[in-house]
Amino acid sequence: MLLIRCPYCQTDRPELEFRYGGEAHVSRAQDPSSVPDAAWAEFLYMRTNPKGFHVERWRHTHGCGRFFNAVRHTVTDRFLATYRAGEPKPDLEALAREAAR
Amino acid sequence: MPEIARRPALPAPGEPFPGVAVTLAPLPAAARFVLRGDLAAVAAAGNAFGVALPSRINTASTLGARSALMLGPDEWLLVADDTSAPDATWALVRALESALGTVPHSLVDVSHRQTAIRVEGHEAALTLNAAVPLDLCEEAFPVGMATRTICEKAEIVLWRTGPRAFRVEVWRSFAPYVMDLLSAVSQENVPD
Amino acid sequence: MTVSFRTASGGRIDRDRTIRFTFDGTAYRGHPGDTLASALLANGVRLMGRSFKYHRPRGVLAAGAEEPNALVSVDRGGGRWTPNLRATQVELHEGLVATSQNRWPSLSHDVGELNDVVPPGVFSAGFYYKTFMQPASAWANLYEPFIRRAAGLGQAPSQADPDHYTHRYAFCDVLVVGAGAAGLAAALAAAQAGARVILCDEQAECGGGLLGERDAVIDGVPASDWAASTLATLSGDKRVTLLPRTQCFGAYAQNFFGLVQRLTDHLPHPDPRMPRERLWKVRARQVVLATGAIERPLVFPENDRPGVMLAGAARAYVNRYGAKPGDRAVVFTACDSGYAAAHDLTAAGIVVSAIVDLRPGPDGPVAATARGAGLDVRSNAVVTGVEGRLGVRAAMVATIAGNGLVGPSERISCDLVLMAGGWTPAVHLHSQMRGKLRFDAEREMYVPAAPVEGSRSAGACNGTFGIAEALAEGFSAGADAARAAGREWSERDWSPVVSGEIVPDGGFHGAVPHDRDVQKVKAFVDFQNDVTEKDIRLAVREGFRSIEHVKRYTTNGMATDQGKTSNMNGLAIAAGSLGKPIPEVGLTTFRAPYTPVTFGAFAGHSRGDLFDPIRRTPTHDWARAQGAVFEDVGMWKRAWYIPRGGETMHAAVLRECRTVRETGGLFDASTLGKIEVVGPDAAEFLNRLYTNPWTKLETGRCRYGLMLNEAGFVMDDGVVGRLAPDRFHVTTTTGGAPRVLAHMEDYLQTEFPELRVWLTSTTEQWAVIAVQGPNARAVLQPLVADIDMAREAMPHMSVREGTICGVPARLFRVSFTGELGFEVNVPAEYGQAVWEAIWAESQKHGFCAYGTEAMHVLRAEKGYIIVGQETDGTVTPSDLGLDWAIGKAKPDFVGKRSLARPDMLKPDRKQLVGLLTVDPAVVLEEGAQITAEASPVKGTAALGHVTSAYESAALGRSIAMALVAGGRSRLGETLYVPMPNAAIAVTVVEPVFLDREGSRLDA
Repeated sequence: MLLIRCPYCQTDRPELEFRYGGEAHVSRAQDPSSVPDAAWAEFLYMRTNPKGFHVERWRHTHGCGRFFNAVRHTVTDRFLATYRAGEPKPDLEALAREAAR
Repeated sequence: MPEIARRPALPAPGEPFPGVAVTLAPLPAAARFVLRGDLAAVAAAGNAFGVALPSRINTASTLGARSALMLGPDEWLLVADDTSAPDATWALVRALESALGTVPHSLVDVSHRQTAIRVEGHEAALTLNAAVPLDLCEEAFPVGMATRTICEKAEIVLWRTGPRAFRVEVWRSFAPYVMDLLSAVSQENVPD
Repeated sequence: MTVSFRTASGGRIDRDRTIRFTFDGTAYRGHPGDTLASALLANGVRLMGRSFKYHRPRGVLAAGAEEPNALVSVDRGGGRWTPNLRATQVELHEGLVATSQNRWPSLSHDVGELNDVVPPGVFSAGFYYKTFMQPASAWANLYEPFIRRAAGLGQAPSQADPDHYTHRYAFCDVLVVGAGAAGLAAALAAAQAGARVILCDEQAECGGGLLGERDAVIDGVPASDWAASTLATLSGDKRVTLLPRTQCFGAYAQNFFGLVQRLTDHLPHPDPRMPRERLWKVRARQVVLATGAIERPLVFPENDRPGVMLAGAARAYVNRYGAKPGDRAVVFTACDSGYAAAHDLTAAGIVVSAIVDLRPGPDGPVAATARGAGLDVRSNAVVTGVEGRLGVRAAMVATIAGNGLVGPSERISCDLVLMAGGWTPAVHLHSQMRGKLRFDAEREMYVPAAPVEGSRSAGACNGTFGIAEALAEGFSAGADAARAAGREWSERDWSPVVSGEIVPDGGFHGAVPHDRDVQKVKAFVDFQNDVTEKDIRLAVREGFRSIEHVKRYTTNGMATDQGKTSNMNGLAIAAGSLGKPIPEVGLTTFRAPYTPVTFGAFAGHSRGDLFDPIRRTPTHDWARAQGAVFEDVGMWKRAWYIPRGGETMHAAVLRECRTVRETGGLFDASTLGKIEVVGPDAAEFLNRLYTNPWTKLETGRCRYGLMLNEAGFVMDDGVVGRLAPDRFHVTTTTGGAPRVLAHMEDYLQTEFPELRVWLTSTTEQWAVIAVQGPNARAVLQPLVADIDMAREAMPHMSVREGTICGVPARLFRVSFTGELGFEVNVPAEYGQAVWEAIWAESQKHGFCAYGTEAMHVLRAEKGYIIVGQETDGTVTPSDLGLDWAIGKAKPDFVGKRSLARPDMLKPDRKQLVGLLTVDPAVVLEEGAQITAEASPVKGTAALGHVTSAYESAALGRSIAMALVAGGRSRLGETLYVPMPNAAIAVTVVEPVFLDREGSRLDA
């Protein structure tokens, strides 16, 4: 069971309290009706699915209830960072360099 | 008009099990509200409710029979242990709404949505830890801490009211499960 | 019964007390402190099991968790039957009943042993794949049942486990796994630093190898006394949790560990309140792995005969348990620890006839000391075979000549052959934590390369074998761990003075040379799975190169012991055959659990009534008292039907439906999800989350809301009432409540955070009593004080707040039956009393209480869908004929854009239709496929499927709803529902069967 730092509660909490929410920073268009079919299908169904660091959404469902974003390594499950929804995507390479140190 | 009696979600507790180092007891009815909003709402509601709402997440403040638990960045659970009758609850809603006025907020009565269980005794934390995945030592979970979490397969709000005392707030249909589970655990910690 | 194999004195058994137990029905005696294995040895019993494949007689090989041979079943009475326990870990207690396994009719006369004398090759590596391939049908009918009978483990229990099990989450600064020298020192250091410590050990008594030392002295006190005093210190520390009988079986991400503690198996009459086992789920800031090392057998012909055992195990039996595994021993060794065993056995009165040292001379000081003590030490020598089938009678000993050839064998009489092949560090947990291993070429062993973050290995599991070195390393690891966990402590080092030990130096991997016919002898590598040296060589010859493939082909290391004693020897033999060094062949993966864990421990309290929460509605007790039959809907118990006077379900449902349409009925709708949506932007939020428009919905009015996911498919529906300009009472399906709230929160928090609106679940705040039927108003009117319920004042799809039966209520005029209907919402704890009041009033009008089955029929008669029944995640509003529910003027709502995708507009999409069977008495089966032809050609795709089908009392015939390709253009067509006996002809109709104008609703 992973420990996940909730950026709202500011503590590490057990994975059981969280729900996974898929890839982060897949933003919904302001005006979906103007999005062409192919781009809309891409938005709905296509994800990066990397082996390595993945930026993803989690929700502290059985805690503060907030959605937030996390950078997690899909092989080691290591979390490099968690941050509040709405904050910009962090520089993954810088984070990885810092983690390697 | 027939007599309309209230049926609590949990029956009165039976005899405590001999040698058990923890007491589990359903708590009496209380008025409860979920308040959502920003700092302006918090200030207004605190005045009307009778206890200042905490500003640190996952903490509770209590004054007399009134407690406020901050469960999310914009979410408070208000508990009035001195209020349970519909009229009194309704009066409290009116007082709060009138104090909140036009400040954007949401105030929802959840008095009947959930019920409370007192878990007390020197094995209180140990008993809870059969099902609660949080570190309940006092350094990690001090008196006055309150948070949503899980109790095996039910969601609860766990609130430490004393070094050896917790209050579990749980939705009514999950209350028998939580009570039965904790009872089962509380009876098994016999010295070998 | 003889006790001639007890040592004269010593050991950690309580000789003043006697325990009676039975093994295969024979009564024996032992002492507290014995394991089943040590007690059997002390009684002269060597034969303890039969091997998996060849049914060869087997004795005990080891003294701990790694035991592959002595697997037994223990019967604790009352259905408490546990198979496949290692006799080395079964603590003796008064009345213990143990039986051997995998033999028939008895352990000493086992018919299955014929497997051992069939011609060579039949049961060799891969025999399953080679022998049982043809014909294919024979596998299930013939081969598998035969193999399962002939080869296998103990019998599974035949009854439900009457014991109970429990769980505990625990947290600590430092978890120390293993309470041998290194682990005790680590715990001591961490505790002295003020850390919260958990120290666990799988044995009944903490101390590990120190408990089996005879002569070792630590800082002036005997090793076992040092262990005892250290344990006393630790147990006096409130911040230390000592867990003997506790196996750390798994290491998971971020220092999360699974431990299983045996609580009652060792007790003759445990308190019934006690759980049998407790699963500890430990989160440790830091962990010290001090899991020790496992001795390797030497691979030589007949090395599996009862009486051939690991040297360290023999030491433990003699020193710790006071049990002599034999009278006359030959010690076959490649490691100095063999000499320690020889000395200790000699001291216990066992004759050591020879020490056969595989290593070439010249002798080191250890051999010199042994010679000085009068022992016969032979260098550069091998054991080439063992005589005796049910027990060792002699060992054949030969010398390896200068040319590497094995000379003639000398027969040495003995009843015990010890194997000291060196020690393999137990790196299992380190590897489970994804720690890398390094091959120490000089000492030929895998050791942890670098520690995994938050962990340290210390002592033998780290390749540090001497007691003094292990203590020092353990202490330092404990101190470092405490510091890393945030405990300030300056002391770091401890250099204990240890005397009287022989540090295990040296070792051997692979098969030792011999002069026997390799086709005729069996030299075992994996004792539990009966894998021989020959099998591994054969696998390589047949082309297997990867050690993972060799493992699976030969099954080496795949038994329940997971190859604790066999993996390294198997690897070395494979490497030798491949002509590669060991590290180039690689290791197989170490997986949890380290030793088998009971299902009970994992289940904990989650069984029976506590398997899942059982959610009951506020009026459940009333329904139960009325004899309701309940159905599970998610975790809820819902009244399914309420039979009267011995009615069948069929009769009850027909009566309930008829009664509702004729006069009325009460229905418990409390499980419907409810969400209070409040805030200045509440209407705008609903505009974006539902297909329908909300801005113009007046306060006091309701609307049917349809919710789509972003892909445009229906995910939920429900009635939404507007209580105030900024407050909506949203209802969801019973099963959809948490999903809908999470979906709403997702969009609110991440896509529309600018909206000032908040969501609160009120599902359990309200008890909901549906009052449905032509007389619904008449029933409720007398109970409602302050709401004008007149037809015009409170039209269909409206909501009022007021007082019902004296309690605050929300009254909805809604209908899921097509009749005049109301839904009374009252605070949950008043639910039953209000229900009873309404029930009493309704009896004046002949109402019934109806259940979910009647509700389903009534709504189907009206063509109302149920999300999850008419929909399956691929259905659009248009497919359901719900285009009217879409606010087409709205610029956007979740799912809107997707509805315009080409695939969503195809005319041949499956559309909701009604089906009427040509024979009105036939009720279709839900889920049945629909075809155009009565007897379609094999491979023809179905046109769709039946989603709902019932017998309708109101219509006097069966009705059905279905999703059919291009269904709305097929009205009037005849289609078929093929069933096993014959196809059922159906006519496609509009999916509304009753009161299409809705006049009953508006009553």
